[in-house]
Amino acid sequence: MNILEMKHVKKDFGDTKVLKDINLSVKEGEVVSIIGPSGSGKSTLLRCATFLEKMDDGTITYVGDPVVTSVNGASVYGSKAQQKKACSYFGLVFQNFNLFPHFSVMKNITDAPIRNQKRPKEEVYREARELLAKMGLSDKEQAYPCELSGGQKQRVSIARALAMKPKILFFDEPTSALDPELTLEILKVIKELAQEKMTMVVVTHEMNFARDVSNRIIFMENGVIVEDTTPEKMFSSDNERTRSFLGKYYGDAQ
Amino acid sequence: MDFGTIFSELAAGMGTTVEIFLLTLLFSLPLGLVISFGRMSKVWIIRTITKIYISIMRGTPLMLQLIVVYFGPYYIFGMTISSSYRGTAVIIAFALNYAAYFAEIYRSGIESMPAGQYEAAKVLGYNGGQTFFRIILPQVIKRILPSITNEVITLVKDTSLAFSIAYAEMFTQAKALAATAHNVAPLLAAGLFYYVFNFVVAMLMDYAEKRMNYYS
Repeated sequence: MNILEMKHVKKDFGDTKVLKDINLSVKEGEVVSIIGPSGSGKSTLLRCATFLEKMDDGTITYVGDPVVTSVNGASVYGSKAQQKKACSYFGLVFQNFNLFPHFSVMKNITDAPIRNQKRPKEEVYREARELLAKMGLSDKEQAYPCELSGGQKQRVSIARALAMKPKILFFDEPTSALDPELTLEILKVIKELAQEKMTMVVVTHEMNFARDVSNRIIFMENGVIVEDTTPEKMFSSDNERTRSFLGKYYGDAQ
Repeated sequence: MDFGTIFSELAAGMGTTVEIFLLTLLFSLPLGLVISFGRMSKVWIIRTITKIYISIMRGTPLMLQLIVVYFGPYYIFGMTISSSYRGTAVIIAFALNYAAYFAEIYRSGIESMPAGQYEAAKVLGYNGGQTFFRIILPQVIKRILPSITNEVITLVKDTSLAFSIAYAEMFTQAKALAATAHNVAPLLAAGLFYYVFNFVVAMLMDYAEKRMNYYS
């Protein structure tokens, strides 16, 4: 089953066409990486999927629920309740973490499930502790984000997203604000999630990671999907643009 | 005239001064937040009205505003004003004036918040009200506290302006006392009182700032 289906997505910023007729569907358990040069529309696509940006045209369906439909060439968003429901299907991990600085690590993770999903406190706390243990942060429960390293912050933000029990997790360049060592730390966590069959869409500049972890790689440029294929085929593509973008990575898919 | 006598003569006035101070904060702090929303409104007309309001409140003397609020009802609407209205007029004028300053302080704090905080809150299912009061406002308060302290300290001293409509707060009494006793000691005592008052205010605000230092 498709967890996410986006069809004919169009988005302009003023005169610039950022997304030109994008189609993206993600099956349950699939890991999709989106690569491409800066300004290609990767992040905008993710922001449209998570309702942080309004599309001009196109549709979004989460787990069979159409939440954005297209009427006469313009996107029509569902009611607040429908959007809220759709929001419960996905989680988003930001490049800059966006943790709440005035909340402890524990509160960052538990506040939304308790307050917004109305789940029992004990259950949420128990699961949060499990997630922190998984992220190797059991000793940081009471710490505040300012006391953590970038890698630790990003792990907390992944735990915060997972605590909402999303069916699909989006990552918007999750390692771009981190140094190489911390990057590896985060990529390892995402790899583990992939092994657990978490459905994920990752916008990334980490080519080795995209090749090793994804089921599919999408190469975007100038608001269109140039190629949408398996890592093997992507890294041995005939497409000239793909080849030049992948540059030194090109041809070493095994 | 020793300081003991002076202070006991001024005691009632000190109570009134503290009352003006506290009531002004009680009304102007929330009102300032509402005005800052108006100032940042997407609706042009609301934004323009609040802009004009703030401009007038900051651009004219508080003493004049006090006089307008106190005598306005009589001169503009022909209403008879009782002397009990004096205290109310002081609070209305102070609250309206300080709310304008606080509104701009709130706005500076709110506009300095990174968009990512709103986005994270939205993705995590917080509604607009929750996002503002749970996520944004606590951080805004921390950011604007030093500016708020400045205003609050100014307010302590500004309470003496109630003198201009002969409201019997401490400065009014000190001046009367100095005049009848042909002695400046009551005015010095008043100065000491304001200084001590502000010293305490500054200490309390400093404590509040330290309390919020657990994160950055």
